[in-house]
Amino acid sequence: MKRLLKNSSLSVGLALLLLIVVIAVFAHVFYPVSPWQSSAIPLLAPFSESGLPLGSDMLGRDVAAGIAYGARVSLTVGVVSTIISITLGVAIGAVAGFYGGVLDNLLMRFTELFQTVPQFAMAVVFVAIFSPSLVTIVLAISLVSWPPVARLVRGEVMSLKTREFVKAGIILGESESSLIFRHILPNAVSPIVVMASLMVATAILTESALSFLGLGDRNMISWGYMIGASRTMLRDAWWLSVFPGLAIVITVVAVNLIGEGFEKALNPQAHGERKA
Amino acid sequence: MTYRVFLSRLGNGLLVLMGVAIMNFTLVHIAPGDPALIFAGEAGGGDETYVAQLRQDMGLDRPLVTQFAIYAGDLLRGDLGYSFRNQRDVASMIAERIPATLLLTLSAFVIALVIGIAFGMLGGWFRDTAIDRGLMVVTLVLYATPLFWLALMFVLFFSVRLGWFPPFGMQSVIVPDAPLDRILDIGRHLVLPAFSLGLFYAATYARLVRASVINVANADFVKTARAKGVPGSRILRVHVLRNAILPVFSLASVHIGQLVGGAVLTETVFAWPGIGRLMFDAILQRDYPVILGVFLTTALLVILINIVTDLLYRIVDPRIESTAGN
Repeated sequence: MKRLLKNSSLSVGLALLLLIVVIAVFAHVFYPVSPWQSSAIPLLAPFSESGLPLGSDMLGRDVAAGIAYGARVSLTVGVVSTIISITLGVAIGAVAGFYGGVLDNLLMRFTELFQTVPQFAMAVVFVAIFSPSLVTIVLAISLVSWPPVARLVRGEVMSLKTREFVKAGIILGESESSLIFRHILPNAVSPIVVMASLMVATAILTESALSFLGLGDRNMISWGYMIGASRTMLRDAWWLSVFPGLAIVITVVAVNLIGEGFEKALNPQAHGERKA
Repeated sequence: MTYRVFLSRLGNGLLVLMGVAIMNFTLVHIAPGDPALIFAGEAGGGDETYVAQLRQDMGLDRPLVTQFAIYAGDLLRGDLGYSFRNQRDVASMIAERIPATLLLTLSAFVIALVIGIAFGMLGGWFRDTAIDRGLMVVTLVLYATPLFWLALMFVLFFSVRLGWFPPFGMQSVIVPDAPLDRILDIGRHLVLPAFSLGLFYAATYARLVRASVINVANADFVKTARAKGVPGSRILRVHVLRNAILPVFSLASVHIGQLVGGAVLTETVFAWPGIGRLMFDAILQRDYPVILGVFLTTALLVILINIVTDLLYRIVDPRIESTAGN
């Protein structure tokens, strides 16, 4: 634990993320008025009026309120789609690695297919055809992000399954599911955790890009939507694009720092912690 | 040897393309609503006879396997369907926009490689100095920046503020007559889109090259060279660089797909007349045949570029035998 706290990227990342989580959770307390409702004169520049630190948009909506509520979408999509794609990837990778043979071959061809295809274009097709909503966005992102997990888990399972403690389990007559869930997967957790945190970051970026293209959930304000909607006003109202973009960058930096921190903590040698 | 590898890559590529065709077909059929309506652009014009005609052409009353055979047959003949919204053949709409997309993505790829390798070398060589830390912060931020937002910020700064580069399009409204001027004109339009697309991947490569420079710098052959008194710059160039950039090449094939996908965003911001912009317009119009066609085309581009990079990789690193790929 001490080692974890000394890890500077992890603590900076966690502090930033905590701040964003607080903003997201208490958005309705900070801004009781819906972010869709106009509350000021349109196109007020930032820092010009108290109570509207980040200015207002073309319909007089508070930019700061939009950013607070937008955090909800980014965090939800990031976390939920990562949970789904980790589950998918672990299932496919574990089965392929454990059973090997024809099944492994088939599953890996399938994985390669999803990895070769341009993932973002695939997410666009999926969301466009099933019409944009929080659910379709989360599913689309999960659908395009599981393959690296499957490959990682397959590799881990293949190497772990030859180890003595697993062989001992086989000799003791344990069932396959108990071998996979009780002996093999728990030992593969650390690389999966590192990958998961990086996937949250990618998912947040993908969601913002989909919303920017107009493929976001129409009922929820999101950072990508805010940037996309004000794109034509770039020349006259820079703050409409700049602030939501900064919100995305800060959030993704925070998540990436956490991922990096985990990686260093779980695998200190690889990062030259012991000055060579 | 290379010939056989080439054939197996080609075979793999065809399998992937068939996979994409199956994906497209499945998506259209499990989506809510009538596939014929989807292909007609969700009854955009409401032309009943056309939709009825489509239904018959697609064989919607016949078994799914037959329907897929019809679809696959159309694809093999290069028929990507008809855009009801644009009253045009999808394949020809896409074909005329491919050169612009290739120009953008390949330029971005070169930028990513050059900047990424340069940053990575610097960081790895001057490890744990101020230079290294500064570069790490830059790459961390670049890696977290949405492509489309970086593109907008480029427009804001380099076009609106400084007026250095045109904010959109691929050519000036009045196209210059002289061929050289035309090339320069396109080049000026290319700078911002190519950099905004390339920098994200430059960050990835920088981190990769940094790690691998640090690795190689500790290798025995480098220590030997140092002990022999070979000058630092020569060690960096001859011994470290050659070995440190190899992992970049092996990752490059994965990134080509992402670059082509990212082009959708970059082209949208810069109104770059490629297939990405075409896809964005198609999203706005709910023009499904075009969306599906662009998806298939991007996959095809990725496969072709992968085959080329794979062959190049073999030339750069002759140690790779036919087992490459994993």
